[in-house]
Amino acid sequence: MSIDLTIKDLHISVDGNPIIKGFNLSVKQGEVHALMGPNGSGKSTLAKGLMGHPSYDIDSGEVIFNGVDILEMEANERAKLGLFLAFQYPTAIPGVSLANFLRIAVSATRSNGTNGSEENDLIPMREFRKELREKMAQLGVDDSFARRYLNDGFSGGEMKRAEILQLAMLEPKIAILDETDSGLDIDAVRIVGESVSGLVGPELGVLIITHYPRLLDYIRPQFVHILLDGRIVESGGWELTQTLEEEGYDPIREKHGIAETVQ
Amino acid sequence: MATPETKQIDELGISKDYQYGFHDDVKPTFKSRKGLDEEVINQMCDIKEEPDWMREYRLKAYEIFKQKPMTKWGGDLSQLDFDDIYYYVKASDRSERSWDDVPDDIKKTFDRLGIPEAERKFLAGVGAQYDSEVVYHNIVEELDKIGVVFLDTDTALKEYPDLIKEYFGTIIPSADNQFAALNSAVWSGGSFVYVPPGVKVEYPLQAYFRINSENMGQFERTLIIADEGSQVHYVEGCTAPTYSSESLHSAVVEIVCKKGSRVRYTTIQNWAGNVYNLVTKRAMAYQDAQMEWVDGNLGSKLTMKYPSVYMMEPGARGEILSIAFASKGQHQDAGAKVYHCAPHTTSQITSKSISKDGGRSSYRGWVDVAKGAKGCKSHVVCDALILDKESRSDTYPVIEIAENDTKIEHEAHVSKIGEEQLFYLMSRGLSEEEASTMIVNGFIEPLVKELPMEYAVEMNRLIQLQMEGSVG
Repeated sequence: MSIDLTIKDLHISVDGNPIIKGFNLSVKQGEVHALMGPNGSGKSTLAKGLMGHPSYDIDSGEVIFNGVDILEMEANERAKLGLFLAFQYPTAIPGVSLANFLRIAVSATRSNGTNGSEENDLIPMREFRKELREKMAQLGVDDSFARRYLNDGFSGGEMKRAEILQLAMLEPKIAILDETDSGLDIDAVRIVGESVSGLVGPELGVLIITHYPRLLDYIRPQFVHILLDGRIVESGGWELTQTLEEEGYDPIREKHGIAETVQ
Repeated sequence: MATPETKQIDELGISKDYQYGFHDDVKPTFKSRKGLDEEVINQMCDIKEEPDWMREYRLKAYEIFKQKPMTKWGGDLSQLDFDDIYYYVKASDRSERSWDDVPDDIKKTFDRLGIPEAERKFLAGVGAQYDSEVVYHNIVEELDKIGVVFLDTDTALKEYPDLIKEYFGTIIPSADNQFAALNSAVWSGGSFVYVPPGVKVEYPLQAYFRINSENMGQFERTLIIADEGSQVHYVEGCTAPTYSSESLHSAVVEIVCKKGSRVRYTTIQNWAGNVYNLVTKRAMAYQDAQMEWVDGNLGSKLTMKYPSVYMMEPGARGEILSIAFASKGQHQDAGAKVYHCAPHTTSQITSKSISKDGGRSSYRGWVDVAKGAKGCKSHVVCDALILDKESRSDTYPVIEIAENDTKIEHEAHVSKIGEEQLFYLMSRGLSEEEASTMIVNGFIEPLVKELPMEYAVEMNRLIQLQMEGSVG
């Protein structure tokens, strides 16, 4: 049976301001969903809230992962269940190489129990290296990339590729991609898009959060949702991206009586 | 629940907080009475059968010590009672060259600390000091044959009196500071290293210092002479039992780097949390010589230590890497000093400090450029990482330049572990503690990668121990 992430009537606030206001969605393994919305619609708040960021207060609602309510769980427990977030702005961890970090992260998430910090809890070095090298080759990144400090001095494109490399290595069940295409030039969008597309399959469900539809040219979603003012106002198929491309968000705002958010 | 492992630890009497906190019931062959006066010093000289000049040297240093007021700057020394200390505790009658000849109960301690094993694996020589006296000292035969000397300083005083007399106290005179005076009066043990011209010692020489007795003062004295074009790496480690009362460790380390030589001195200090660690370390580097201090301070109640390099001739270089980790009840007042006494000398100071659970770390640095020392360069970077609101970090940099034609750079950064960093790592499956440990390890990585593999592993392990249980 396929695993799913189901969000029911979720309300999230930041510093007392409600941002997500009654959000409903279900993403199953094997499905690709796109969640599109303009700036300020609550996209990143939703992404971080689902992953368990301590600054985002869950006011009400449910988030069920494979039948388990995960709202009380720490981010690492959610990760161990198989939830993944590709960050819009990944944080630099100076002095920690991408390879070292990944080996510990892979061991922690795959073991699903042991903490992964003791040497004997870690995935064997040889096995890890082989897998890392293969996945880096698929992403078109150089071997030396793994020796660099995590996100430290990375260009925008490198950061996003590092996120997708982590996605590939951690093998989650459900992945949320938060504006993975932002800050990338056309070529980088293609590489990242094709890489994610290569990972999509019956074992992985994806929620792509984005502002522009261009990443979707490479990863065709079966489901497209429009986020305005903290909730989904329209759902449909591929054709919805075409409407957006041609008309923008204004007609939808008007239709639902939502004023433009001033940033 | 007592797992087999914790049960075993309980039986060994090891404190769970500090891995090396056990003590062994070793009956000393001699122990001076508490406190210090001329009689105690004379007793030491008699037992050690020292030459008259050393006896005079000690007594003169004691006079200086008595006249020096208690050090006011740095850490809090008000609880340190000089009358409540045993200044000389002799656990063994002589220094052996074979572990088999070291008394069984003392050897057991070093076995537990893994010293003989480390020697077999990757060291060129090992010294082991237990309270006041060195109980073991050995060097691999090939180095012995080509004239490399690695002895405890007491034995060196007997076997190489001329070298000792020529250099002893010339780099750090008795009057340098209160604790240098005290050490000069009651020094015992420590290492003497001489590397002949052009000889490069490939593997590290290691000394291990262990305090076993309660209220003990350990005053080792180390002298390293690297002759022209030679190269050597000396490493020291230290631990002590966890007692309720304080012990004092006050060493003096003097290093002479002759023309074109290169010396690296690495310390991994892991004293128990009741030890005052007040140490004076100084090197003189001559033409084109390079002196490197790698100074890791993780243990002790209070450490005051600022390894220094005097660059005496053109082309000399001084480099100091300092790592300080101050946890609950600890104050690490660490740092570095560099003196550019000649033109075209260069120095680099890199300091990384971590404070957690109310610990305090201070960086105290001194960069000095003498008049006429043209074309000198010095670069200082000091980074502090503070893990919680209870902890503290200070920097006290002093730069004194008497010459216009110099290039001095000083950078300082203070950072806190950010919520975003923790969340990012936790979203990849790491617990909060694992995530903090990873961030701390990354913070000191630029220094740890300078250590030989075995010590890098040890350093990371010690950091992990310090971090354990830090997240509530």
